[in-house]
Amino acid sequence: MSEMRTPLSRVRGLGSAKKGTEHFWLQRVTALANIPLTLFLVGALVVHAGADHATMAAFLGNPVVGVVMLLLVLSTCWHMRLGLQVVIEDYIHGEATKLAALVANNFFALIIGVACALAVLKLVVSQ
Amino acid sequence: MSDQSSSRPLSPHIQIYRWTLTMMLSILHRATGIALYAGSALLAWWLMATASGPEAYALVRDISGSWIGRLVLFGYSWALFHHMFGGVRHFIWDTGRGFDLKHVELIARSTAIAPLLLTGLAWVLGYMYLGTWS
Repeated sequence: MSEMRTPLSRVRGLGSAKKGTEHFWLQRVTALANIPLTLFLVGALVVHAGADHATMAAFLGNPVVGVVMLLLVLSTCWHMRLGLQVVIEDYIHGEATKLAALVANNFFALIIGVACALAVLKLVVSQ
Repeated sequence: MSDQSSSRPLSPHIQIYRWTLTMMLSILHRATGIALYAGSALLAWWLMATASGPEAYALVRDISGSWIGRLVLFGYSWALFHHMFGGVRHFIWDTGRGFDLKHVELIARSTAIAPLLLTGLAWVLGYMYLGTWS
């Protein structure tokens, strides 16, 4: 039987798709990153339960905390974008509605991500 | 619905089957994922308010400290832990392990119980720290 695929294509094992495993892989990578990052967030919120503005702003303004928070925002927003994309593709079947939902999903994730990132950056810079 | 005649047989849907823990966890994993997606707006609100100043922050603090705010945050924290453990379950499956019935059930039970314990722990600690700030 003749082989139509290039040796490189066979070695990569991605079939005909260019990005066949990208979605799956990034969902796992962001999921893994989310575990320590969200545990940090929950821990930070627990110890700051009822804290006043000055205390919270000082905590979030710490550069090390800022780095962790930016990574958290990036990883969680990416993960939730990938996750809801699957939900939309599973349940919404009309092409136009699906396209609109997928675009809205991207916009929402990006808006949340940029808003969170900007807030964290401002807190760190104005510290 | 579909254009096909209603006399045609349909494959049974979820209400036909006996509910199992694994089935419930699968549905809950997706449901908590969607809830956390919506809840990310609260995270953005909290961060934006803190960055905006004391007045905006005070509003977040008052609302999140109210009984309804605490109820939402309690659900939020449980959803987060539940989705996290559901993810770990998927990681175990990704390695090709834990598919036999005995382990499926064991992992399912752990996935259902551990988030409840961690949520409880987080809130007990939270109330302890609450006393130190106020």
